[in-house]
Parts: sequence; structure tokens; C-alpha cells
Amino acid sequence: MLNNVGRPTRPEASDTESDLVETFTGNKALNLETPLIFDQGEPGRIGVDLPEPKAVKSRLGGLDREGAIGLPDLSEPQVLRHYVRLSRQNYSIDAGFYPLGSCTMKHNPRINEKSARIMGLGDIHPLQPTETVQGALELIHDLGEWLKTITGMPAVAMSPAAGAHGELCGVMAIRAAHDAKGEARTRILVPESAHGTNPATAALCGYKVDPVQARPDGRMDMEAFKAKLGPDVAGVMLTNPNTCGLFETDVKEIADLIHGVGGYFYCDGANLNAILGRTRVGDLGVDAMHINLHKTFSTPHGGGGPGSGPVVLSDALAAYAPVPYVVKEGDEYRLQENVEGDAEASFGRMKGFHGQMGMFIRALAYMLSHGSDGLKQIAEDAVLNANYVRVGLNDILNSPFDGICMHEALFDDSSLKDTGVTTLDIAKAMIDEGYHPMTMYFPLVVHGAMLIEPTESESKETLDMFIGSMRHLVTKAQTGNDPDFFTQAPRFAPRRRLDETSAARKPVLRWTPSDAD
Amino acid sequence: MRYMPHTAEQRREMLEKVGVGSVDDLFADIPASARVEGLLDLPTHKTELEVDRRMHAYGRKNLSPAGIPFFIGGGAYRHHVPTVVDHLIQRSEFLTAYTPYQPEISQGTLQALFEFQTQVAMITGMDVANASMYDGATACAEAVLMACRATRRKKAILSGNLHPHYRQVTDTTLQFTEFSAESLPVATDGGEDLTSGLSKEIACVVVQNPDFFGRLQDLSDLADACHEVGALLVVVVTEVVSLGAVKSPGAMGADIVVGEGQSIGVPLSYGGPYVGLFATRQKYVRQMPGRLCGETVDQEGNRGFVLTLSTREQHIRREKATSNICTNAGLCSLAFSIHMSLLGETGFTKLAQVNHALAADTADKLTALRGVELVNDSFFNEFTLRLPVDAEEVVGKLAEQEILGGVPVSRLMPDVEGAKHLLLVAVTETSTDEEIDQFVSALKEIVDA
Repeated sequence: MLNNVGRPTRPEASDTESDLVETFTGNKALNLETPLIFDQGEPGRIGVDLPEPKAVKSRLGGLDREGAIGLPDLSEPQVLRHYVRLSRQNYSIDAGFYPLGSCTMKHNPRINEKSARIMGLGDIHPLQPTETVQGALELIHDLGEWLKTITGMPAVAMSPAAGAHGELCGVMAIRAAHDAKGEARTRILVPESAHGTNPATAALCGYKVDPVQARPDGRMDMEAFKAKLGPDVAGVMLTNPNTCGLFETDVKEIADLIHGVGGYFYCDGANLNAILGRTRVGDLGVDAMHINLHKTFSTPHGGGGPGSGPVVLSDALAAYAPVPYVVKEGDEYRLQENVEGDAEASFGRMKGFHGQMGMFIRALAYMLSHGSDGLKQIAEDAVLNANYVRVGLNDILNSPFDGICMHEALFDDSSLKDTGVTTLDIAKAMIDEGYHPMTMYFPLVVHGAMLIEPTESESKETLDMFIGSMRHLVTKAQTGNDPDFFTQAPRFAPRRRLDETSAARKPVLRWTPSDAD
Repeated sequence: MRYMPHTAEQRREMLEKVGVGSVDDLFADIPASARVEGLLDLPTHKTELEVDRRMHAYGRKNLSPAGIPFFIGGGAYRHHVPTVVDHLIQRSEFLTAYTPYQPEISQGTLQALFEFQTQVAMITGMDVANASMYDGATACAEAVLMACRATRRKKAILSGNLHPHYRQVTDTTLQFTEFSAESLPVATDGGEDLTSGLSKEIACVVVQNPDFFGRLQDLSDLADACHEVGALLVVVVTEVVSLGAVKSPGAMGADIVVGEGQSIGVPLSYGGPYVGLFATRQKYVRQMPGRLCGETVDQEGNRGFVLTLSTREQHIRREKATSNICTNAGLCSLAFSIHMSLLGETGFTKLAQVNHALAADTADKLTALRGVELVNDSFFNEFTLRLPVDAEEVVGKLAEQEILGGVPVSRLMPDVEGAKHLLLVAVTETSTDEEIDQFVSALKEIVDA
């Protein structure tokens, strides 16, 4: 009897209701729906207590806002619940494995987060007098020194805000160097397997992109490369290790050849993870390389940013680096903020203020935690893990290129031929297995590509489980006795497959009041 | 080494499975002459306690604004960020999630972006907004590129009273393209002539409101003049809280509104990461740079969200892409959106009023000092003072007393005549009456000396 205390037992469910599959609320146990923030709230509520404004005469020059903005009014607990519910519709690296090739989704340590919020680091203003921010300048300087040592390069530009922004920085430095010599070069050579931002970057710097095809072994075709060299070539943009997960073995020859025609060597550093402490790009002849701090040094991806993309530069390009930068003079740190004096050759400024300080702090915390020994171990374990996955799957999935891979393993869809199951179907079925899908259809040079990057922070147990899941899915596709299994995936995600075509054809990019009806 | 799970025994097992004798065999493709033998010349790994100690040491060498009189603005503003904001963005599912390219398991990020886009469009008075840019300055440069594409014209006019970093970033971005931007001279006392250079060659006029000196201006006539010759009006907002009190750029006829969203939800963090806002009219949607989130349905008919119109981006058209941007300030836009949701209509309006009232009160107290004049008669929460003494020296002397008393204009505009005596002062809800009085009396001592 006591067991019933406090438990309402009425109203009793009717027979008809018990037949319903759908819930009244649209919720499914822990999977809780939340309406748009604009469909919630009640005018007059507030989620932030503010003091009453002093009574003053308006100094707005007669430009006072007229009419309401239309924002909903909610209490703090309502807002908290809204975003907690939203968060539960997301996959994350803290929840599970992201075998995302070319994206390096690794563990995000919380000491990095804590450090970025330290008083005196997270709350300082970029225009405080430099005497009051010596610690901040020292930190930026120290991080730059680590990046220079890791890459064996003499200079670094810290301000680019993301990887693609870093690419822009590197190619602008190349353009500025040619312009300074009075050379009007028109072409940039870019291998077919390059990231999509590479050609866009070159175009923004006024260059024509000249693609270079790949050899059957997945590296840039050296004969094709040589044939394209000439006095109008400004440089080459190479990703190394490349997007096929392979080290470009001819890298030193590439550097010599491009330098031989007066061009510069840009290296896309997205895959630095694979070579940390094993080789330095400075020793490979690179003139400029961006470093994605969020990839290699674990600043969190944040659902799409912010990133940070410092660029290391050779002696030939260092003078053209963007402002601002930190200069150490004795025990003091100075900030070179404008194009003047020592920075006269600088190609300019790329963003407001001084760079992504919040990301610098996180990246440096990560580097300090690892040290020289840990950085080397990162590369070793990342490459070991990728090769472990490669051999775990290469009897059932075709590897388009032979041999050892670097930090990511590439497969194609040829073993799914005639099954009716595509790379996309496998990816969506992986969601139901509890994984974020691997990178699909990239690199473009491989048909139905599946690019898998485990990173160093995944355990052997996770990899064994993942290999088992992949083997299960591929085998299931090949037996072909349950075609709906793949076309219906994902079944258990917060949403089933979404109609991306109609979203693009008739874009709805915001809520409007009439939608509320 | 605590982030790496393998034991020595497991590494041996795995190497054997891979079929190599040692880990060095995995790196055989690297040319022998470029291999690093041993370790890099850097310290070895540290414990969490050691890292924490080191980071605090960096922090202690800076003067934190907490609990001291603080009046610095100039494009980044100190506001109170409610505790809930930082708590929520540190939830794993937001913090450690990837870009939402797999929409079925990214609805949280996507819905938040859709709501962010709506909030930005609402406060700017525009039809649509994107999912954010790197920061306000890069958003400004992208706005000029977009205006050139949309009008098929090649020249932009930039107001002299635009934040110098915004002008410099725009110049840098355009320098190797077929487009160019002409900057008008700085007009510290207002009355800038933005219309006389207008012609059918001009793609856009870029103007900041409130301007770099804090001055508010009605841009409606400028918008009409731009539209008469087929040019677009780009309005820059560096203090987004002002939109709670001031007539929106959209209501004044802007075609593109870009801004810095840092004031809402994002800490100062010595200048980054921040969150660039970008909004425009419906008819320019396909010209807009950056990521966009759109509403759609899934195969069961449930509402859902996806990243959309990505053919404008680098993904497909490559060298024909509208920009090389392939990211947004995702987590910062989430922080902005959460803070904005907490404020709501009532709170956002009130926050703006509190800022304006405190700034007006402070301006009155400062201009009562001997020889101190207000340069701009209208303002929101930031204004410019003309001092009888060198402003940079004043800021240095105040800093010695642990008062962060504004930005000397000469720091950002070293070549502008008379800038030496100009001090840019910002006042937000974070300043107490006591701190304001401390600032006023410290400045009085300096100017009277």
C-alpha cells in the first residue's frame, strides 16, 4: 500500500489511447523536442535582472528606436531548458567517436577551457595599454615560438582567424613578395585533391588556379607538375600529408622545382597532426603553412567554429606578414599594430584586434600538457590508429592506394558495387550504430570516397568496436537481403533524413511572426 | 600523456596487426634527410597542475578589468555575461560538436543557428542574416566584396569615421582583387560628406553607426542618395547593444548590415574570438557569404534544419566561390543567441537604456572638468573627449592607478591631426557609480596638474 503514496493513479489509460504510437507531446522519453525560442515566452518576462536606468535626457540625436523588435521574453529557467534540450539533439566528441577524415576530431581537454577563463586572460581588453597586458603578449609570443620550433620555420603570423583565413594569409604573402620584386605572375598550381578553399583563396589573391592531376599511387603527378612550371607560376599549394591520407614523398623535389622557377611553396597544414615531431616543414622547403589550432592542438570545434589559423613563414616571406605581431625587446613585449616602421613591407591587416586569443590559450595549454615527447606520441598514435583501421577493413572495403597511410585511411565504394547501397547509406547507418559518419565523397579524386581519421585519442577498444560495426554494415550491404535497412537509416537519430533539396530551392532562413500561427 | 589511451603492449599488438616491425616504419615515406631524430627542442610534458600554474602566471601579469574603473571600448565592449551563457556553451554537445554537416545528429546546433539568424535579422531590421563571420572587421570586408558582386561595380567608398581596423581589413582583402575602396578623410567633428563621391561606378558606401567616435547619425538621406545611383548602403555596427535603443540600420534604408556581436554573450578575451554579424535584404540572399542554416522537413514530415545554399560556398564552385570562408564563429554565435534569449525584448531594450544613461551621466561629469570638451553631441554608450593634455599620457597615468580610462584615439589613428588630444570613453552597465567617480576625480587631478 505504501508504495502508492504520492503516485497518482488516475486517470486510467483507455484501451484506445494505449494503441497510440505517437506521444501527445512529441517527446520520446529522454529525446525531448523544443519549439523555436520565438514560439515560447510571454511579454514582460525577463531572464536577466538589470538595474533601473537613471533618468537622463536622451543623447541619441533623435534616433530613438521606434516600435518593438519582436524578441520573445523568457525567464532564466526557460532559456536554460531550451538550450539543454537543443544540446541533446547533437552528437559530440565527448559522447562518441568521430572518424572524420580531414577534420581531426580529437579529445578536447577541459584544462584548456579552464585556462581560457582565467582572470586576466579571458577578460582583458584588446586596447588596454600594452604595459597592462604583458602576460597576454608573452603568451602569444611563447605560442609562436612553439609553432616555429614544431615546424622549423623562422617566422609566424598569429592573427588569421581560421584555416581558410590562414591560407589567404599565406597566399597574400606570396603575392606581396612577387609584387615587391615587380613580378606579375598569374598562376597557382593546385593538386586535384586540394581542399575546396585552396582554389577560392588563390582566386581572391588574383591568381588563376591550374590543377595538377594525381598519379595512380595518390600523390601529385610529378611529370604533369614539371610540365606546368614556368615564369608565370606564383607558387604551388600542396596539402601534405595529402587528402588521400598519404605523405607526398617527392615533397623536397617539389620545393626545389617551384623555387627553381621563382615561385613559392604553400603547404596546407590541415594534416599537421600526422607529422608532429617526426618532420618539420621547414626542412621540407615550405615557404608558408597555416596551422589549424582547432585540429592539431585540440581547441574545440564548437559546432563550426571559432577556429584559429596561424601561419608559419620562411625568411623569404616573413617581411610581408600581416600586422599585428608581438615583438620581444629584452624582458618587455611590444605590439606592432600598424603598417609602419619595421612592418613597412607588411601586406596589411586581416582581422580586428590581435587574433584569436581564446584559442591561443587553449592551444598552448594543450602543447604544454604534451611537451616534445607527447607531441611526437600524438603523430605516432594517430598514424598507428589509422593504419590499424586500414588493415581492419581492407579485406572488405577497397583501398584505392596501396601501402601505409598517414593519420587517415581512405576507402572507396567499389566493394558496394551492385548492392544498391551507397557511401551515403553506409554513413547514415553508422549514425544508428552510434557513430558520427566518416568523411564521405572526399577527396573528389576517389569515387564514393570514405575517409576515416581516428586520431590519437581513440583507444584500441573503440577502434575494435568501430571496425566490427563497419564490417557488419558492409557485409550486410553485400548480402543484399535487407535493402530497407540502409535506405531507411538513420532510424534512431533525433531526425530522419532531411530534405536538403527543397531547403536550397525555397530557402527559409529565419522565423517570421506569421509562422507562429 | 593522459590524453592517449594506448599501453605499450597494445601498441606492440597493433603494430603487429598492421604488419610493420616498428613505429618508425609508419613514417618511411618522409625523406630520410628531413626526419627529426629524437625530440624537438621543447620542454617535455607537464601535469595538469603545472599547466594550471603556468597559465595563472600569464594571467597575473595582466591587469584584469574586474573590480577596477574600466572605460575602454573602441570596437570591443565589456558587458556582463549571464552565468547561464558560459555554462550552456560548455555543454559537451555544443562545445565539442563538429560543423553540422550531418543534420540528423546536429539539430541542436542547427536550430540554434536558425534562431541566431532570426535574432540578428530582427535587431538590425533586415530580412535575413547568415550564421556569423570571423568578426566585425572581416564581415565588413566581405560586405564590400558582396556589394561589388551584387552591383557588378568595382569601387567602394568608406567613411573616414569607420573603425580603422575595419578599413584596414577591407583594404587588405581587396588589394589583389579587381575591386578597390576609397577612404574619406577622418572627420572628428562630424559633418562628413559621404554623398559627393557617389556615381554609377560606386558599388557601395560603408558607414559606421555610432561612428568610431561614438557619434550617432541619421543615414536615411544617405541611403536614398546611394539608391538613386544604384549603390548599396553598408552599415557597420560595432556596439550591438546600441540596437536596443537606436533606430535600426534597416529602418534607415541599409542594404547590408555588418557588425561585431561580441557585446552580447562573448567575453573580451583580448580581441578574439568574436562573432561577426552579417544581414541583408531578401533579394541578395544568394550573394551572401558564409554559412546559412535553413528550415526543412525530414522524411517523416518533422521540422528540421540543414546547412543550405552551400553551392555559393567553396564546396562546389571552388574558384567561383563567393568567398573562401568555410567556417563561422559557431560557439560565439551560440553564446550571442543564448544571451539574447535571456534578455528578450524587455531586457535588450532595458540593457541599452542602462548603458545610455550611465554614459550620459559620465559624459556630463567629465565635461565639467576644466578644459575637457565633448567632441560628439550625440552618442550611445561611447563618446570622445578633447583633453587639454596628451591622451596617451593620460591613459598611461590612469593605468598606473589601476584605472583603465579609455582609448587614446592616436593609438588607432596615428596620422590624424589633433588625435593626440582625443580620448575615446565607453561606459557600460558594468561600471558602478563609485568607479565612475574614481575615474572623474583621477582625470581631474591629471588635467589640473
